[in-house]
Amino acid sequence: MSATAKAVSERPMIELRNVNKWYGEFHVLRDINLMVEKGQKIVVCGPSGSGKSTMIRCINRLEEHQQGHIIVEGTELTGDLRNIDIVRREVGMVFQQFNLFPHLTVLENLTLAPIWVRKMPKKEAEEMAMHYLKRVRIPEQALKYPGQLSGGQQQRVAIARSLCMKPKIMLFDEPTSALDPEMVKEVLDVMVELAREGMTMICVTHEMGFARAVADSVIFMDKGEIVESAPPTEFFAHPKSDRTKLFLSQILGH
Amino acid sequence: MASIPRSARRPSPPAVKLSLNDPFVRSILYQVLVVGGVALIVWYLVSNTMANMEARKIASGFGFLNREAGFAISEHSIDYSPADSYFRALVVGVLNTLLVAFLGIVLATILGTVIGIGRLAKNWLIAKICSVYVEVMRNLPLAVQLFFWYAMIIENLPGPRQALNPLPGVFLSARGIMIPVPASDPLNMWILIALLMGILGTIGVSRWASARQAATGQQFPMMRAGAALILGLPLITWLLGGAPTTLDWPELRGFNFQGGGSLSPEFAALLIGLVTYTAAFIAEIVRSGILAVSHGQTEAASALGLRRSLTLRLVVLPQALRVIIPPMISQYLNITKNSSLAVLIGYPDIVSIANTALNQTGQAIEGIAIIMMVYLTVSLSIAAFGNWYNKRIALVER
Amino acid sequence: MSDAAATLKSMPQSGGFGNSPLVQWAKANLFPNWWSTAVTLVLAYLILKFGFGLLSWAVFNAVWTVEGNNTEVCRQLKGIGACWALITEKYRFILFGTYPFQQHWRPTLVILIFIALYGVSTVRTLWNYRLGIIWAAGLLSIGILMWGGVFGLSYVEQERWGGLPITLMLATFGIALAFPLGILLALGRRSDMPAIKAICVGYIELIRGVPLISLLFMASVMLPLFLPEGLTIDKLLRAQVAIIMFAGAYLAEVIRGGLQAIPKGQYEAADALGLSYWKKTGFIILPQALKIVIPPLVNTFIGMFKDTSLVVIIGIYDLLGAAKVSTIEPAWRGFSVEAYAFVSIIYFVFCFAMSKYSQKVEAELSHTHKR
Repeated sequence: MSATAKAVSERPMIELRNVNKWYGEFHVLRDINLMVEKGQKIVVCGPSGSGKSTMIRCINRLEEHQQGHIIVEGTELTGDLRNIDIVRREVGMVFQQFNLFPHLTVLENLTLAPIWVRKMPKKEAEEMAMHYLKRVRIPEQALKYPGQLSGGQQQRVAIARSLCMKPKIMLFDEPTSALDPEMVKEVLDVMVELAREGMTMICVTHEMGFARAVADSVIFMDKGEIVESAPPTEFFAHPKSDRTKLFLSQILGH
Repeated sequence: MASIPRSARRPSPPAVKLSLNDPFVRSILYQVLVVGGVALIVWYLVSNTMANMEARKIASGFGFLNREAGFAISEHSIDYSPADSYFRALVVGVLNTLLVAFLGIVLATILGTVIGIGRLAKNWLIAKICSVYVEVMRNLPLAVQLFFWYAMIIENLPGPRQALNPLPGVFLSARGIMIPVPASDPLNMWILIALLMGILGTIGVSRWASARQAATGQQFPMMRAGAALILGLPLITWLLGGAPTTLDWPELRGFNFQGGGSLSPEFAALLIGLVTYTAAFIAEIVRSGILAVSHGQTEAASALGLRRSLTLRLVVLPQALRVIIPPMISQYLNITKNSSLAVLIGYPDIVSIANTALNQTGQAIEGIAIIMMVYLTVSLSIAAFGNWYNKRIALVER
Repeated sequence: MSDAAATLKSMPQSGGFGNSPLVQWAKANLFPNWWSTAVTLVLAYLILKFGFGLLSWAVFNAVWTVEGNNTEVCRQLKGIGACWALITEKYRFILFGTYPFQQHWRPTLVILIFIALYGVSTVRTLWNYRLGIIWAAGLLSIGILMWGGVFGLSYVEQERWGGLPITLMLATFGIALAFPLGILLALGRRSDMPAIKAICVGYIELIRGVPLISLLFMASVMLPLFLPEGLTIDKLLRAQVAIIMFAGAYLAEVIRGGLQAIPKGQYEAADALGLSYWKKTGFIILPQALKIVIPPLVNTFIGMFKDTSLVVIIGIYDLLGAAKVSTIEPAWRGFSVEAYAFVSIIYFVFCFAMSKYSQKVEAELSHTHKR
């Protein structure tokens, strides 16, 4: 393998170097350093207000960082609008509140972006949409409206909608936090499948079972900093920092 | 407090790169394009206008305001004659507009509140009558209603000699409405001053009473004290002045009435039309305000032991007013703007007078600019007051 | 006791008239206590008295037709009986203005097409491009019918148009053309770009701060000055421009309310998918915002419909203007009340129907949101 080719294949998919963000005077992300390789699955956890959602929202520029570098697949995220477009095409995001478009059918939700951003012909887009609906196991809901689906079904549609853009990276912002307990499993199953197929994922979640099953690395954030980062077995069995221990006792305790 | 180390302080924004993909550059570009486009259109219109005015020998500028108006105005609250300047004529117009708007606001609020509460009455007949009133008045154009009232007065009321006399001293005829008014008496001035003192006194006492309640927990019968001051002081003044009861009664002399106060057919029609029309909208606002306070609020207040009058004053009314006041202010604005329909029936408001002025001088642009300026001033003031009030009472939310 | 008797005895006794549902209802709503009973009786008396007086004026003593223009009968009964003869003689003039008598079938058809267009627009299943086609076809046929000059129809110049078609045209074109303006102003007002926001705020506050009459005057006297030498603009078009400018500002505020109601998550989801500003606004935000504000939109339309009656001030004979003019003739002088009553009924029917529709949509929307 030539030197440059090797360098390219070794370059991480997502690089966050000394990333800092302020809301006014409030320092919400402090010196974040993170490298995510292709195919890696990262789970981010931490108390509310720790900046974990803010961090992943910086990766697709839903939030802006003021200092440091964020490089996604070789493209640096700056004010340059073209770069932002490029990154958003490669990064998919699943939200806590699903954010499906209520006035469009499930099928239309899935085909909207491929048709209008990737300029796919309608037939092709619809076939692809049905394929992903089958993957999340609700093909029969294609012509229904989001309001007619349960929470778990809506979130699966949201996942399928992101997948239709064929992203290289998937970001999950507390995907199961707004779901009734009995629907959490169906969404996590889909995410586990996705992980097993090799998708690069960053997932902010409290579902530690998912972390144990799938994560390559669990990151604990508190007060805007990355406090600890370790493979799941080590993270849960031997947390190093006191803050991590406190957090784990709170969420695993009940 | 230790100073924040330089590395942890928020950095200044990065330098702007001169490329179309920089959001700042793009936004500047769009703004320049839009402002430029608008400016171009405005320049085109203005240059055409100047050319046209040149060609038609139309004067420009506001110098005409000092010239003699040369037309009479049928109703004026300050002295005016055709020898006065255009400026004075316009002032008369503004005062007429403000007069009808103010009276309209007061009367429409009273009527509208009554009808709004009436719609919620338990008695089916009352509720139905109020509902029908609201539905009919809201779905007919104000212009139609104004023409209707004017036609009723001008065409269907009898002449002064056969005037209708529904109440002592009140006469309805095709020449207008006559009412008795308090005779001009120096005591009136004192009574007004006493009223003002009563109001100021009430404000002062209520402040003192709140402070006292905060400090010691003792409550002061503010309602009674306030009523005593506002009603009592003028009453005492009137009694002290010898309790004059003279009213100026309108009397039929020859072909028309003398004495008393008179409302011209134009003024009467405009006022009646504005009040009955706007009252329908105010009724709906009041009704939805009352309904907006959920029943749970009253229940919670009772559960805490608050008696009914306190519940009303401290819990229900503030919340209802929060919902009522913004649209109410909007309706007051509407009354002011709708008073411009006076020009349809010949009441000399600002639009009517400015219209006459611009027809006589040919200076249309200045005339219309004056009209718009007057209304804008009133609208923006009322709107500013509304915004200030909203901010003050806004519920603080997370 | 036999079975039949036992069954009969156990059935609830109906107490005759005194317990019928009507009487129960009356007891609860009209006569619950002595105070309410007194009010009911007084009101009932007043209503009957007033109602009877109105009926005798409007129906029993009314004059329905007269010979030629001989209104003596009417004059003798002034105040006692209504002169509906004014309507029977002049209804065509009030409804169609000075449109040529033989061609009255054309504006009649135009009125019916307008009503059909409004009705069709309320059908949900047509809310897509099909509605645009229907409207385009409808408006085109209205134009052809009113102007004529093609398809064997005689040409009728705009100065002769009048009455209800003018009212409908001013209101409909007013709102239809003000829509794009309103959307742009609303989006501009919410923009981050200060210059654009300032222009939009300035326009909206200026137009909303002044009465429509002043805008009509402005259009009537100033528009001819704005245009270059030789280019003229007829009166109806001037009024239409003023109404469009006016409606645009009010629509902008209504639409802005809808835009504010869209949750931030919708914007974020569209951004995350890579949709550009205009695609995001056109596909995701606006469809949802417009649907939310249908009730206030319809109310704005009702307001515009009523406001068209102001064009009489610049000499355009819409429905109200024609009614006013119908009593100028000496023979018919003094019967304006009858004329206004007639047009009131027409205005009321249109406005009431639209407000009922708006209430229906509002009820439906709150049901779907309550789930």
